[in-house]
Amino acid sequence: MEYEVRTPLVKEDILELKAGDVVYITGEMFTARDEAHMRALEYMKGGRELPVEFNRAVVYHCGPLMKKSNGEWVAVSAGPTTSARMNALAPKILERVETMAIVGKGGMNKDVVEALRGKGVYLAYTGGAGALAAQAIKKVKALYWEDLGMPEAVWVFEVERFGPCIVGIDAHGRSLYAEIENKVEENYKKVLSRLESAIDH
Amino acid sequence: MNRAFLVNFLKPFEFTKSGGIMVNYDDVVNTVVELFKKAETELGEDVIKAIQKAYEEEDNEVARSNLKAILENVQAASRLKVPMCQDTGLPIVFVELGRELCLDFDLKKAITEGVAIATEKVPLRPNAVHPLTRQNPGNNVGMHMPQINIDIVEGDSLKLTVMPKGAGSENVSALKMMLPSQVKEIPKFIVEVVKNAGGKPCPPVFVGVGIGSTFDGAAKLAKKALLRNVTEMNEFERQILDAVNSLGIGPMGLGGKTTALAVLVEMGHCHTASLPVAVNIQCWANRRASAVLR
Repeated sequence: MEYEVRTPLVKEDILELKAGDVVYITGEMFTARDEAHMRALEYMKGGRELPVEFNRAVVYHCGPLMKKSNGEWVAVSAGPTTSARMNALAPKILERVETMAIVGKGGMNKDVVEALRGKGVYLAYTGGAGALAAQAIKKVKALYWEDLGMPEAVWVFEVERFGPCIVGIDAHGRSLYAEIENKVEENYKKVLSRLESAIDH
Repeated sequence: MNRAFLVNFLKPFEFTKSGGIMVNYDDVVNTVVELFKKAETELGEDVIKAIQKAYEEEDNEVARSNLKAILENVQAASRLKVPMCQDTGLPIVFVELGRELCLDFDLKKAITEGVAIATEKVPLRPNAVHPLTRQNPGNNVGMHMPQINIDIVEGDSLKLTVMPKGAGSENVSALKMMLPSQVKEIPKFIVEVVKNAGGKPCPPVFVGVGIGSTFDGAAKLAKKALLRNVTEMNEFERQILDAVNSLGIGPMGLGGKTTALAVLVEMGHCHTASLPVAVNIQCWANRRASAVLR
């Protein structure tokens, strides 16, 4: 199935998405990588107010390449970063929200699959497709935590039909990545026997 | 000075100054800037050919959709003259310095200045940070950064090759000090590294392998292997590629028969007591550009 998702997210719509579905996002997305996750968690712990609202948001694992043109920030190239680096951090954010979507690449581990259960989804955008992704970013609405540096800062983007994104992990515990990983393990055992002959050559 | 760089990385642009004037500081600075611009915005013909072939042969729908996005992205980057990926990598520069060439300036300083200017002009994302404080100087210049590798070669020319290396694929690379009795287990180690990387390094990947040499030498051989024409492999490399693609990780780790586009192996003599093996993973965006100055 193909869906168009708008922000702020509505929980019922998110629960409807199934692993393998194709999603296009319109509305607002903000970027957060390792450093922004760590600072956000620090703020949450200390009861400090965050510059962005994680609840009902689309969090984009992305460190964009930005430039200033006539005094305005423009996204030059803005594809997803490797989400697995946020495996230990994402569940701590997810436990504080009603619903949320993550956009990234490469998938996330079983702790995140559990943390997403009943509330959120993980959406995969093609890794490295930064020039293409930037075409869907219509405006840079805000920049927070600039001191973290360009890749690690929080950038708020206005996007139009950002996609195609594939639902990699749905809110019902199904992960395409886990399924592929299991198959890969099986295949790996089969190829091992073939490998030893390679070196005889 | 004509600066019309050729599209094909494998045939580097050459220019010669008349009247016996030596290569100067500014030539190197300007060439480094243009090489980064080129590497970031255009893939070499060999790399595009490999991705295109994979797209044609792949029958998994999700895999095809990802490969299609990659090809469209490569076209968009080249048309708009913007970096194809937001991770514009760490600046790695290979220098082949002809032994008959005389340079009366600080070559490393010129390359470093070129990187700082390229960061502003291309633009490149400021990726280089202090390893502990994580402070970002903002221009991709710092301790041992850019990484400059200098080789002295025959001749009277200066060849510069830039290779911006992204972190997604660098992070899943591995090195193992194997035992001399484990020669037959080398292919297994290579396949294992790709398996453990899964979807993290933006597959389909290029697998650079260094066998032999020393701890650091094997890693350097693995990285240099990625500079080769990716469409030319020997029988050993093809067999490992075949095994890697039997894993079924597929483009972006979402399944399919294209996990890697090439396996490229370089070897060096090693100590009789050791067998270092390094596997340097490179995402589909195997970005490099070369120029020859005389």
